[in-house]
Amino acid sequence: MTATSNRPSSSPDKGVPVSQPARTHGYASLQPPVLTTRSPLLVASGLVKRYGRVTAVEGVEVDAYEGEVLGIVGESGSGKSTVLRLLNLQESPDAGTYTLDLPGLAGQDLFALDRFARRDVQTRSIGVVYQNPYLGLRMRFTSSGNVAERLLITGERSYAALRAAARESLAASEFPLDRMDDPPRLLSGGMQQRVQLAKALALKPRLLLLDEPTTGLDVSVQALVLDTLKRLQRERSMTIVLVSHDLGVIRALADRVLVMRNGRVVERGLTDQILEDPQHAYTQQLVHARL
Amino acid sequence: MLHVERLTKTFHVDHLGRDIPAFAPIDFQLAPGQFALISGANGAGKSSLLRCLYRTYKPSGGSAHYAAHAGTIDLATAADVDIALLRREELSFVTQFLRSRPRVSALEWVAEPLLNAGHAWDAAVESAGTMLDALGLKRALWSAYPSTFSGGEQQKVNLARALVYPRRLLLLDEPTASLDAAARASLAERLAAIKDAGVAMIGVFHYPQEVMHLVDHEVRLEGMTNDVAA
Amino acid sequence: MTALADLAHPRQDYSYAFLDASAKRELRRRILKAVAIPGYQVPYASRELPIARGWGTGGLQASLALVGPESVVKVIDQGADDSVNAANLRRFITRMSGAATTTDAARASILQSRHRIPEERLGAYQTLVLQVPDPEPLRGVQSDISKAHEMHADSDYGQLWLLLYEQLVRFRQYVQGASYPALVNGRYVISPSPIPRWDNPKLHQTPSLTILAAGREKRLYTVPPYTNVIPLEFSDVPFQVEDQRGWVCRTTGAVNKFMNELPQSDGSAMYELSDSGYAEKLKNDLPTAPTYYDENGGFYHDGYLKPPVILP
Repeated sequence: MTATSNRPSSSPDKGVPVSQPARTHGYASLQPPVLTTRSPLLVASGLVKRYGRVTAVEGVEVDAYEGEVLGIVGESGSGKSTVLRLLNLQESPDAGTYTLDLPGLAGQDLFALDRFARRDVQTRSIGVVYQNPYLGLRMRFTSSGNVAERLLITGERSYAALRAAARESLAASEFPLDRMDDPPRLLSGGMQQRVQLAKALALKPRLLLLDEPTTGLDVSVQALVLDTLKRLQRERSMTIVLVSHDLGVIRALADRVLVMRNGRVVERGLTDQILEDPQHAYTQQLVHARL
Repeated sequence: MLHVERLTKTFHVDHLGRDIPAFAPIDFQLAPGQFALISGANGAGKSSLLRCLYRTYKPSGGSAHYAAHAGTIDLATAADVDIALLRREELSFVTQFLRSRPRVSALEWVAEPLLNAGHAWDAAVESAGTMLDALGLKRALWSAYPSTFSGGEQQKVNLARALVYPRRLLLLDEPTASLDAAARASLAERLAAIKDAGVAMIGVFHYPQEVMHLVDHEVRLEGMTNDVAA
Repeated sequence: MTALADLAHPRQDYSYAFLDASAKRELRRRILKAVAIPGYQVPYASRELPIARGWGTGGLQASLALVGPESVVKVIDQGADDSVNAANLRRFITRMSGAATTTDAARASILQSRHRIPEERLGAYQTLVLQVPDPEPLRGVQSDISKAHEMHADSDYGQLWLLLYEQLVRFRQYVQGASYPALVNGRYVISPSPIPRWDNPKLHQTPSLTILAAGREKRLYTVPPYTNVIPLEFSDVPFQVEDQRGWVCRTTGAVNKFMNELPQSDGSAMYELSDSGYAEKLKNDLPTAPTYYDENGGFYHDGYLKPPVILP
């Protein structure tokens, strides 16, 4: 057995190595990926979005690799929901590019697509779950109808196929099939989120965008939804971008995290590193503010 | 397999305006199948060193070159996605703290690394069961939620999850803290077995004497006596 | 010597066919545009007429724009030539144009109709003008007309299909009665006006021109001759017309033609042919043109109507 010690041998200042600058924390910049040979599924660069005089998003870069969960965390007004809306092609940015490495779309700036191509991408390649189920669902129609609509938009015309697809999607979201024809307005919040999830998954998209999917739900229901998301991500190898202000949700699901404040990304890193060794002053405040 | 050179970590706590060094520059090397014990007084930075290698903490300086399957990489400055890949495939970190998701059973929690790697449900769950058995977790608890377990039981679940999927480098942070003597002995046996299989390990142990027979290399951390104002 | 009076038209108090020249030009150009884009709702400047909105002003404008001295005009309301409204419209058109009138669908060059298509097949150079209360098939799913316009432009009919899906889930059959939405030329979905489902198939691949005009809503659209018109249906749950099997007209004994149901005081029902012009011919043993539905209820385009599928 060999032994080493890190007792500094001949430095004048006890405990502080001479070779280091006086004020350091972690390495500020990291190497580019070498082991990960595939390029990211999602790359968004230079995102800028202004509403009048308010700059909601400024110079934001997002990348997400296939099969990972990327968390975007920040407080209200940080711009994280705006970023999600841009990634969902719901709004056009004032600047920036956005590519998805999917068949037929590689190299295409999605912000430059015409309205037909954009709708096509939104329908087939991206699934979205909103915080407010009223935004994502048609409350007057049945839950199965909400899911079936996605297939109807892409031209499915067989009633039997629609029923089967709705069943499959709702079951994958752990929604009780005996209630599949209940309208969402009769369901609890957690159930409504499951219908949204089923609707988002109906066409088996490669990218799933979640905007505070469990905010406002009971804690026990939150746990169930998080578990469903994790299982789905593993089974379907989906790429998920998860926006949340809840660090518990981020810790449970995200692999990597972007921390946003006032429209900018102030820090990015692995989830446990962000939560346990936050580098940026704001991130430190955010993490330490947890009750 | 692992070549650590002048690795250091200093925390900068913004609201205090201070820099707090975790440990002074450390050097050591580890080959496959070797076991390094990290020793030192409380607060000397033993956990911090492990976390720096796993990248839960971002090192401030130095390097930790690791010979991964696909090539050598410096853990200190590697891209986040590369670290995520290594954590899935080759690196494992065991603490005494359990952080499972709320509604996941102990068995599923242990099986998850296998499921994430694409193994079939039945095979993964069977391996998980075997591991829990070997570590001595009562079968009745396998379908229960680990957050309700005692410290020792949570520890066993933690260990099982880390050991169920073969890794190349295992980082162990006080893995036996809440275990009774029998369970500690059982763990020492498991570690000996995987050491023979070529897994490299770096560990902080509350009762180092129980694993001394496995140790190839001891890394002693001296305490940081000053912290420096920024 | 030639007097000015010999050269000029006789003095009239009204323009020919009531509408002034620019109104006729507007309507004809809009109709041509509608023919060029089958099923597309063309907005037009709907003129004031001596009848109120909601009484067929759209159809009337189309008829007045097309009528000439050689035209033969038939006007029906729910299949009847003798209804008060039909009679009024017919008298107005002929007084304003000097055109001839008829109750015989085979002889008419312009047929204006509210909510029915005659039983006898229309031929080339016959024009059917349908009165439309609400031209927008998406009204039930999107009340904002600008958004509905965008949906038509994007061919975004998902919500309409969803409506039909919901009907199948709730009632196990399509419950849309009249105004059953149909896809014209594979592109635009139209409301074919509140004609019964029985009449929907008659729009498909017909040699005649069908003009649908809404006066109050100020839109018109057409189904040009030989154009595909397919009612919206799921591939495994076919569109069905009204089930009137066994209904026999009490005056003519006809079967498999669209009947009105006349409830009797004892709770039973009697049936009568809705198409009164056709009934008149049958009663007087006059020759009739070939009909869309034959004696066995078969539609003249083979394979267009399919047997019903019962949902579990």
